[in-house]
Amino acid sequence: MSTMTGKDKKFTEVAQNKENDTTINTSNKTVFETKDLNLWYGEDHALKDINLKIPENQVTAIIGPSGCGKSTFIKTLNRMVEMVPIVKVSGSIAYRDKRIFDPRYRVEELRTQVGMVFQKPNPFPKSIYDNIAYGPRIHGIKNKKVLDQIVEKSLRGAAIWDEVKDRLNENAYGLSGGQQQRICIARCLAIEPDVILMDEPTSALDPISTLKVEELVQELKKDYSIIIVTHNMQQAARISDKTAFFLNGEVVEFSDTNELFSNPEDKRTEDYITGRFG
Amino acid sequence: MKHVDSTQVQNRMGTRLLINKLAKSIFFLSTIFGLIVLVILMYRVLSQGVEWIDWQFITGKLSTMAENAGVMGPLLGTFWLMLVVAPVTLILGVGTAIYLEEYAKKNRLQSLIQTNISNLAGVPSIVFGLLGLTVFVKGMNLGNIILAGGLTMSLLVLPIVVVASQEAIRAVPQYLREASYGMGATKWQTVKNVVMPASLPGILTGSILALSRAIGETAPLVVLGIPALIIPFPDNIFDKFTVMPLQIYYWTIDSALVDEYANLAAAAIVILLLLLFAMNSIAVIIRNKFQKRL
Repeated sequence: MSTMTGKDKKFTEVAQNKENDTTINTSNKTVFETKDLNLWYGEDHALKDINLKIPENQVTAIIGPSGCGKSTFIKTLNRMVEMVPIVKVSGSIAYRDKRIFDPRYRVEELRTQVGMVFQKPNPFPKSIYDNIAYGPRIHGIKNKKVLDQIVEKSLRGAAIWDEVKDRLNENAYGLSGGQQQRICIARCLAIEPDVILMDEPTSALDPISTLKVEELVQELKKDYSIIIVTHNMQQAARISDKTAFFLNGEVVEFSDTNELFSNPEDKRTEDYITGRFG
Repeated sequence: MKHVDSTQVQNRMGTRLLINKLAKSIFFLSTIFGLIVLVILMYRVLSQGVEWIDWQFITGKLSTMAENAGVMGPLLGTFWLMLVVAPVTLILGVGTAIYLEEYAKKNRLQSLIQTNISNLAGVPSIVFGLLGLTVFVKGMNLGNIILAGGLTMSLLVLPIVVVASQEAIRAVPQYLREASYGMGATKWQTVKNVVMPASLPGILTGSILALSRAIGETAPLVVLGIPALIIPFPDNIFDKFTVMPLQIYYWTIDSALVDEYANLAAAAIVILLLLLFAMNSIAVIIRNKFQKRL
């Protein structure tokens, strides 16, 4: 297996070496499928032979101790990991019928389908309205009426419309941390993605805001496929349908959440979820 | 057994507090030194020049007769010079900064360019004057007109604008860029909608300070061969010109011949200082206003 650097061109070379066809057969129940995914930060082998199938319209939780590669993994799914210059990736990732490292499938297109919510709430220093309208605007929507509709729909979708509907023109920085994170979720919904990646979305929030975000995730999974990284095992148990346990860059176990928490197959999983390390 | 002997602590207390006070005094004196120099400077300039400042002095034309001389010509020269320097440095300087921070790969070429720009910022202004003389005045055969002077001044302050803009761009938190890229924005959309608005205050502050440096510079223009007395007002960038600091320089060296020229120089210094003070205040106001927003 060859390796490649973070540059698009090199990325795609390997993708082409491995597969000559852009499309592969994935069942329509799977949104992401990774095959022998390996990733290095320089010499540091951060992801090792990851083979996962992420199901549609479910919440998939990624758990594991700090530094196990769980954040790296979901950032690879929308290729945000390439913002680190020294990254090398090999293997393949299919998003539905598209190979994400294929040069004909542009990264901007991928990120329109696969939205992301970050660890720390990161609204723009703009008004609430402009935050939500940012995505639609960069994709070319200028019509004020359409934008108004998108903003309202997205804010309702993120369960924050009632809190902010009278102050849409105020700066989003004036909101609390929990509200800011739901603004970021709304901003993500505004591009009408198919999949939402969430990288420890509640780690900077208080318990009440965390609860609201968790309830929201339950609502959102009706319309979106959600992949959520969390270091909080209770959270994974509460909100997810599937759970993958990462350790040292490898997937130790991937199964239904109930199964994984009540009846782990691997000794290391059991040790981790019972709090013996991590 | 106790390691800290309380009687010894007591004995040393006096010395420690004395040194503490001494340190404070030294730092205070250092600070006050600059202030004293400024006060002396202002006193000398004001006592020599303030009586000479009147409407005629501000709006009048230059003249060899001290009592008839006015500084509108050099003021307009400065104004036209800035009309060249501001757009040239902003476009080239901010463009360079955006390229280096957002586009260039962090490799050896990039660090070579970076080092060069930092070094350029340290090149003496007279060297830029020689460059301007060779390239613009002689090479492009422009003569010592405003355009040539403006381009020379632009080269001089360009490194300052580049470095200040780079710092402003670097200060934009990475998570804002991630948010934009995460929604499928292109690099240019991210630069335009996220990076530029957030770094604009820093860029403007740095640029205004660079412009006020250009307004105060004399040496490069001396090298370009600007004549000592230009009476007609300039009214486009192809006119011959002189500027405030240059006029101050000529009046000062000629004050050996005509005593009143020293007063004219002092009066012109007052006006130049007011101009620079106003520009620096604008820079501070912009910085404070936008800092609250972020």
